[in-house]
Amino acid sequence: MSAVPLEAPVHAGGGGAGGGEAVHGAAVLAPRARLFPALAAVYRAQLSRARVARIPLLFVATFQSIGIMILMRGVVDGGGEARAVVAGSSVLVVAFVALNLLAQYFGQLRADGGLDHYATLPVPPAAVVLGAAAAYASFTVPGTVVTAVVGCTLFQLPLAHLWVLVAVIPLAGAALAGLGAALGLLAPRPELATLLGQLGMSAALLLGVLPPDRLPSVVQYARDLLPSTYGVEAFARTFGPHPDWAAVLLDLAVCAAVGVVSLTVATMAYRRAAVR
Amino acid sequence: MPTRSAPAERLPTGGGAARGATARRRRRLGPRRNRRGLDHVGSSFVSTRTALSGHGIDVVCAVRGLVKTYPATRGRRGVPATAEVRATDDVDLDIRRGEIFGLLGPNGAGKSTLVRQLTGLMRPDAGSIGILGHDIVRHPERAARILAYLGQESTALDELTVSLAAETTGRLRGLDVRRARAERDAVLDELGLGPIAARPLKKLSGGQRRLACFAAALVGERPLLVLDEPTTGMDPVARRAVWGAVDRRRAERGTTVLLVTHNVIEAETVLDRVAVLDRGRVIACDTPAGLKEKVAGAVRVELVWREQAPLDVPEVAALRGSAVESGRRWTLRLAPDEARAAVAAVTGGAAFAALDDFTLATPSLEDVYLALGGSENSVKGLVKS
Repeated sequence: MSAVPLEAPVHAGGGGAGGGEAVHGAAVLAPRARLFPALAAVYRAQLSRARVARIPLLFVATFQSIGIMILMRGVVDGGGEARAVVAGSSVLVVAFVALNLLAQYFGQLRADGGLDHYATLPVPPAAVVLGAAAAYASFTVPGTVVTAVVGCTLFQLPLAHLWVLVAVIPLAGAALAGLGAALGLLAPRPELATLLGQLGMSAALLLGVLPPDRLPSVVQYARDLLPSTYGVEAFARTFGPHPDWAAVLLDLAVCAAVGVVSLTVATMAYRRAAVR
Repeated sequence: MPTRSAPAERLPTGGGAARGATARRRRRLGPRRNRRGLDHVGSSFVSTRTALSGHGIDVVCAVRGLVKTYPATRGRRGVPATAEVRATDDVDLDIRRGEIFGLLGPNGAGKSTLVRQLTGLMRPDAGSIGILGHDIVRHPERAARILAYLGQESTALDELTVSLAAETTGRLRGLDVRRARAERDAVLDELGLGPIAARPLKKLSGGQRRLACFAAALVGERPLLVLDEPTTGMDPVARRAVWGAVDRRRAERGTTVLLVTHNVIEAETVLDRVAVLDRGRVIACDTPAGLKEKVAGAVRVELVWREQAPLDVPEVAALRGSAVESGRRWTLRLAPDEARAAVAAVTGGAAFAALDDFTLATPSLEDVYLALGGSENSVKGLVKS
């Protein structure tokens, strides 16, 4: 290996005047894409994909949750169990889209070389991961709201505090989308990413929708480990006559913390997947 | 391995080195005389470094001693074990400003692996890569700020519309919204993609999708374009749009292009210089014309028989030994007088009745590839049309 004698003159590539940095004797580098504009661009591009590819899946997610609530109507008898079912089914829509579909998307993108496109653009890894995660979390909004409204009607729960979804969807969305992105990017093969996404969603279904009191204690611990649980609990608490807002905030804070950790892991996984 | 210390025995190629941006060597028909004598036939191919040091030509991309080895994998159920593969084997290259430099080789020769290392997507095991003075091995993330890469896959853009794919790529290349849109409009217009701008890439034909990805690669100007088989599946109109756009950028901005191809015809017509890869090694590097002169003493004769070769004719039976047979087609590489004799033999007498068609041509890059020691089997990976 030898040192390369290079007398390459400075060549301003694409608006090098703004933001480019010069290394001694080397060409001026084009500026990097900044985090927020890049994030916005990825978000917008991902949202536009919904029109082409995602809408049928969003219907599936919503109908699945509504179907589960209809099934559970014969099992639970109002009260706390009904709240858990409605909250669990609503957050299940988030788990389906943000965790399962995003894990599949990144698994596929990584497997067939799609990541090369992003990796050869001067874009911060966090912008790609956060933009995609935010878009997938946004996809869940209509389905989650529809599920919550239908559930409240089915089980005669008050609609008064449904506004809390404004906090539940983005925070549970961040936690689950971060997990989905990390699983998709870390899985060595796309089939494994799909499998892990499906498993995560099944866990969210079983541990989130079924009322916790009836579960064996081992399963209850598993339930505590799943980030979607905290979104479910926060949402379920608001159906009561006098919601414990401090507990709601605490649950949401757990979601936010898991979101930060999982999105950081996903960003690191992206960096690792991009350069092999 | 390229001989770096070769003496400056390479004659200044009349047409080769001085070729301007628009000058193109077209394929000529009929045998061509070897104007330079025969002494260089056995010599090593050109040392780009020799050519460089004398003239101080700008080097955009300098590669030295690059090595990448894929480790052996253990077999699992249903998956056979694979041996260790040297995908890049001590590669040296110099790519000069404003040229279209080609990497030619059959499938599996290591072209894409080499390009992935140059674009910072893969770390080499050893060696150095300098692009416009930046060390890409140590700072792979800088590659994205120097070059635009068109890979073989379009999955990241497939579900976007042509227009949004170009705009988003421009924004991720650091342009602000207004500039990204202006450049998007200019590029889509230049490539004639306006009518399909609102359609998702997924719904387009392979060639149109490729052209849309090429458009995305052009938004947000870069001094170096790395294009991995850009014209695959394109019709002639789209191909012309691609090479037109490349030529404009070369003429106006001195853009350099690194082109990966396994299309021999395209290589001969568009490339200024070409490195021929075989099993991870650069087995030759010169202008297409310069490479062809290495085998200029030979003429390619192709004979197509109606049903089968008339082996009862002694002249035909004698030719069989030096022919590469593929069905009814025989391909022979012969010295000019041998070729003349062979053509005389098959076009007269009994053999002519069995002959369907014959062609006599100057050597192509495919012949060069074979003459340089490229394996006969892998040459099938080179596409002729």
